[in-house]
Amino acid sequence: MRAKSTSANPAIQAAAPEGAAATDVGRLSLWQLMKRRFLRNRLAMAGTVMLVILYLLALLADFFAPYHYLAKSQDYVLLPPQWPRFVDAEGKFHSRPFVYGIETVLDTYNLRYMHKADPTQIYPIGFFVRGAEYKLLGLIPADIHLFGVQEPGTCYILGTDRLGQDLLARTLHGGRVSLTIGLVGVALTIMLGSALGTASGYYGGVTDTLMQRGIEILASFPQIPLWAAFAAAVPPEWSSLKRYFALSVILSLVNWTGLARQVRSKVLAYREMDYTSAARAVGASDWRIILIHMLPNALSHIIVVATLSIPGMILAETSLSFLGLGIQPPMVSWGVLLQDATNVTVIVLNPWLLIPGLFVIVAVLAFNFVGDGLRDAADPFAI
Amino acid sequence: MLGYIGRRFLYMISTLFLVSVVGFLIINLPTGTYVDFYIQRLQNEGTHTSLEQIEAITKRFALDKPLYWQYGKWLFGFVRGDFGLSFEFNKEVKELIWERIVYTVIISLATLIFTWVVAIPIGIYSATHQYTLGDHIFTLVGLIGLSAPSFLLALVLMVIAQRSFGQSVGGLYSPAFVDAPWSWAKLADLLKHLVVPIVVVGASGTASLVRMMRGNLLDILNMQYVQAARARGLSESLVILKHAVRNAIHPLIMLLGMSLPSIISGATVVSIVLSLPTTGPMYFRALQQQDMYLAVTFLVFMAIMLVIGNFLADLLLAWVDPRIRYE
Repeated sequence: MRAKSTSANPAIQAAAPEGAAATDVGRLSLWQLMKRRFLRNRLAMAGTVMLVILYLLALLADFFAPYHYLAKSQDYVLLPPQWPRFVDAEGKFHSRPFVYGIETVLDTYNLRYMHKADPTQIYPIGFFVRGAEYKLLGLIPADIHLFGVQEPGTCYILGTDRLGQDLLARTLHGGRVSLTIGLVGVALTIMLGSALGTASGYYGGVTDTLMQRGIEILASFPQIPLWAAFAAAVPPEWSSLKRYFALSVILSLVNWTGLARQVRSKVLAYREMDYTSAARAVGASDWRIILIHMLPNALSHIIVVATLSIPGMILAETSLSFLGLGIQPPMVSWGVLLQDATNVTVIVLNPWLLIPGLFVIVAVLAFNFVGDGLRDAADPFAI
Repeated sequence: MLGYIGRRFLYMISTLFLVSVVGFLIINLPTGTYVDFYIQRLQNEGTHTSLEQIEAITKRFALDKPLYWQYGKWLFGFVRGDFGLSFEFNKEVKELIWERIVYTVIISLATLIFTWVVAIPIGIYSATHQYTLGDHIFTLVGLIGLSAPSFLLALVLMVIAQRSFGQSVGGLYSPAFVDAPWSWAKLADLLKHLVVPIVVVGASGTASLVRMMRGNLLDILNMQYVQAARARGLSESLVILKHAVRNAIHPLIMLLGMSLPSIISGATVVSIVLSLPTTGPMYFRALQQQDMYLAVTFLVFMAIMLVIGNFLADLLLAWVDPRIRYE
């Protein structure tokens, strides 16, 4: 503030310290500027890296986890995580990480099996080992896993659930559903929101009033209960895949209103612009004005709003599945996995069942970082 | 002001009417409504009263009439306090819901107060101490509050409470007080049990409110009237509290109504984990059992709470900001 008030020409003052970067601003396109600002945002980049890792883990779940996500093992029910170790009980250092074998004893007082690590059995972890067969990306048959141990050793590094299924495999597989349902939902949200928002803003009048009223009614319901009401109406006999798509449609049905409002206000502003009048004067059709002149201008805005609505969808899917109204087993999602951890006694005894929740938090945080970064980058008034 | 209130009130009534339409459509969403199932069940049991019961139900919900007629019948009953039958409990819906709705309102209001009381001071601190350690810590905690699903927070807090205090956090009362008559001790017990739900439900709301307060206040601290106030030699606390904060809070009042949906959403989900007798557990159970009249009554009541909340927020805003009254 102070610098501006003393300087005769604040623009020159502001530009000077930026040096070379500022001189080519005029030559860069809007998108190049956005990219540049985004890359400079450390939190946003960290979020992007986290997301890339999460999606890779989910995509190649079969490769990263040593077991199949539906393989049950009756001997290892509710096994605590087997952390990879480097130093054994005698203090000897191993250059190759290893896990201890498991000794299972019956706790006659509580009548449950207790798993204890047995320091005398040492199973070194092998990398790129052969294991259960799977289809890479659903196409290529393969049996190589990133890591694993020799039989009869086990390698459940995140533990197992109450059916003895590998929690790592299940969490990574769950990511496939939880991480993509938001994307499918957001794609539909973008279509619905920008179409209806544009129509509302461009044509105004009765269309606009009706649309605004409709949005207001939808916004009068608390989101999760409304989602749940729609989800409960999905016929129970539908297959997992159908249910998955039905859910993403439901997520976007409730979610498009925010985007539509934003697009409407943008279109209202663009309608008054000189370039719109110019286009109209040379006889451009409504379609042409909307598609060529308005939507590209609003696009950065749409992307930002859409990105910032993904976390809400992920949380919604998790909550609905957790409540038993979303994804149904045998399909797994992070919410389905958290169903195992519904009461305090279970969690106190088996805290590792909350690990899928950590994945939810990381994914939501990452999307928030990226969304915030995009918003800051898309702001044309940022330096 | 009166004219403004009148206009807003009429608008609210029309919104409530449309909300009821959506509610009714949701009752009819599941293929083959619960009424059909119920009739089927009665028929299977084969008791000779069933035919009369079927007729009674058909007549009561006008099932043999077209949809708009059914809607009219349902709405007419609804406004007189007749919300239909809960088939699962085999009771009138109105006998099941009131206590739960009252608890939901209590928890929602308490959460709202909690978010404001906690968020505004933190927002002011963060804005006046931008980029200090305290600011970073609050930002980080806030981000986690925004990113964690509320039921997960509830679970974690329950485990912590159980481990460190050995206190049961589920429910609204300790076992000793459940059936006890009202007393100060019971009230204290209730308040103790309300702490965890309020913190959990309010977490994400508080986090976003802190963020907005911080942003607004930072903008306003750059305004020239703040500079002018400083130049006149006013103390820093006076400048911030009287000149800056007042203006920074205005836009937040506008968001007051908008924060209600997430609070009610959060409360319904968290109540299940904490087994609180609010609308949440019964609502989701009703949905799973397709007990539609019960579910929709809850849903419509949640919407009514929201619409009324929005109406009150509008009035509050008009009261603090005269520009809106005279629009």
